[in-house]
Amino acid sequence: MQNIIEVTNIKTIFGDKVVHNNLSLKIKEGEIYGLLGPSGCGKTTLLREMVMLQKFDSGSINVLGHSLENIRHKEAQKLRREWGVLFQAGALFSSLTLAENIALPLVEYTDLSKSMIDEVVAFKIHIVGLKVSDAQLYPSQISGGMKKKAALARSLVMDPKLLFLDEPTSGLDPISAREFDALILKLRSLLGLSIVMVSHDLQSIYDTLDRVAIIDNKQIAYEGTLSNIHSINNTFIKTFFKQTELRR
Amino acid sequence: MSSCQLTIVDSVDKVIFDFLGEFTLYDVSRIEKKIVNINLLKTDNVVINLDNITYLDTTVALYLNKLHQKFLDDSKKVFIQCATKKIQATLDLVQKETKNLEKLKQENKKKIITTIGKDSFKNCLGFLSFVEFIGKLFATKLFYFFSIKNIRFKEIAYEINESAIKALGIVSLTSFLIGLVIAYQSAFQLKLYGANIFIVDMLGISILRELAPLITAIVIAGRSGSAFTAQIGAMKITQELDAMRTMGFDPYIFLVLPRIIAMMISMSILIFVADMMGLLGGVVVANIDLGISSDVFLERFKEVVSIKHFFLGMIKGPFFAFLIASIGVYRGFMVKDDTQSIGKNTTKSVVESIFAVIVCDAIFSILFTNLGI
Repeated sequence: MQNIIEVTNIKTIFGDKVVHNNLSLKIKEGEIYGLLGPSGCGKTTLLREMVMLQKFDSGSINVLGHSLENIRHKEAQKLRREWGVLFQAGALFSSLTLAENIALPLVEYTDLSKSMIDEVVAFKIHIVGLKVSDAQLYPSQISGGMKKKAALARSLVMDPKLLFLDEPTSGLDPISAREFDALILKLRSLLGLSIVMVSHDLQSIYDTLDRVAIIDNKQIAYEGTLSNIHSINNTFIKTFFKQTELRR
Repeated sequence: MSSCQLTIVDSVDKVIFDFLGEFTLYDVSRIEKKIVNINLLKTDNVVINLDNITYLDTTVALYLNKLHQKFLDDSKKVFIQCATKKIQATLDLVQKETKNLEKLKQENKKKIITTIGKDSFKNCLGFLSFVEFIGKLFATKLFYFFSIKNIRFKEIAYEINESAIKALGIVSLTSFLIGLVIAYQSAFQLKLYGANIFIVDMLGISILRELAPLITAIVIAGRSGSAFTAQIGAMKITQELDAMRTMGFDPYIFLVLPRIIAMMISMSILIFVADMMGLLGGVVVANIDLGISSDVFLERFKEVVSIKHFFLGMIKGPFFAFLIASIGVYRGFMVKDDTQSIGKNTTKSVVESIFAVIVCDAIFSILFTNLGI
């Protein structure tokens, strides 16, 4: 299987605090890959570096065959259409209704007719589990969970090959969280999506992830499947996954 | 990106739509145009051949579904050929999920009368809620001043530093320039009549009584009033205000009163500075353009400009300050849960406080004239 993202020897420094030091990982096409680790270890920073929101100090990141260190503007714009990003709080544009938020990439980037766009929007709203009648509401009028679903619909509207999720199930009630996991699995199998997510939700981690990278102490403490994670001698892994063993 | 090719084979008993390549949402409108132009009257059978498609996204699946439905409505027989399981799965998913899908509702346009009515009503409510804010401020909060312990000196001092000390530069420069300009323009007229020395009367009264307080108030409304709105609005969005309330810290005491009191003190300081700088501008022009030395200027000033003009100007300060600070803070509280409303309320805060200051100034002007001061 082809590598869809390759991170090689990344170094990130904020002021005099080293966040990542020689961090490397590979994400394969079609898998759901999780970035885990204690808070403040730089999971979200790494995710932001992958989507070109943040610069790294040295090393290289290759996403969908483009290396991000010296990418040209045109290429970067093309790359940005090929992925979808779901932010933690949704980050819906507050001046637009849900329907307008979701339709925005279609309106800006394609020449689809208005009726076709409406149809796509209604379909995406439906598929993420929102009611079509909610489409005319503004983001300030809906709950956090609905915002998240609407934001997922927006990130899916262009049918991206690659989806970045920053804590997708945080702030959702357990039932919608499990529905969300099922939805992610379904979308992956249907659209051949590759998904990179940062998550703290153990249930979600066990249900959805194919492979994980555990970032601890500025480096990758473990990369691989969840089944042989217990062989690793790391304090974070021990405490984090021990709880699950007890709970299950 | 390889785009999709469509070949249409029109045989005797059927029409075959033969798609080839990667079919994505960028191709839909082109293909749609091509298909709309085809006359399908004579055949009953339509074949949509997707065997040669390598990839198909959900937008396309939706489109094909729509197309399928349209052909069925025209009472044609439709066959969809699809070799790849993955593509078939996408089609099935779309077909399943769109079965009971409602149409997206369009927002109905409002009539102009309705809009005007609604807006006027909203403005009335807005004014009432400001009155409510002021009432609350006076009724429940001012009694805290009965005990000196309740006054938050630290916050007040901080706000005075923010809104007075840091504003000294811009207020001085603005009023200096205003004094300069007024003096320069009137110097030209006065010279015509040889009435050079009257520049002192004119400048003294106009700057001390009207210009310095007004200019200061306008600068401060733009500078500190807007800052109050943005600060409190941002705190509202991040739920800091709610957090304060649950911990028992009354935002009126912690945020509102310190700002209003600090602003009332600051404004007096700033108006005094503006008076001095405005007159300095006048002295400079009088000296250079009219040949009136500063000694002569000051002597004449003592003779003709009585102290009441200075006090009248200073008295306005706290009133203006109260209006600016309370409107700024009130607008901050009016911020709703989204980022847009910070901008909207900041704009409103500045416009409304400048308007209020000018109305207040007009009232003072009528009052003082009728009292014969």
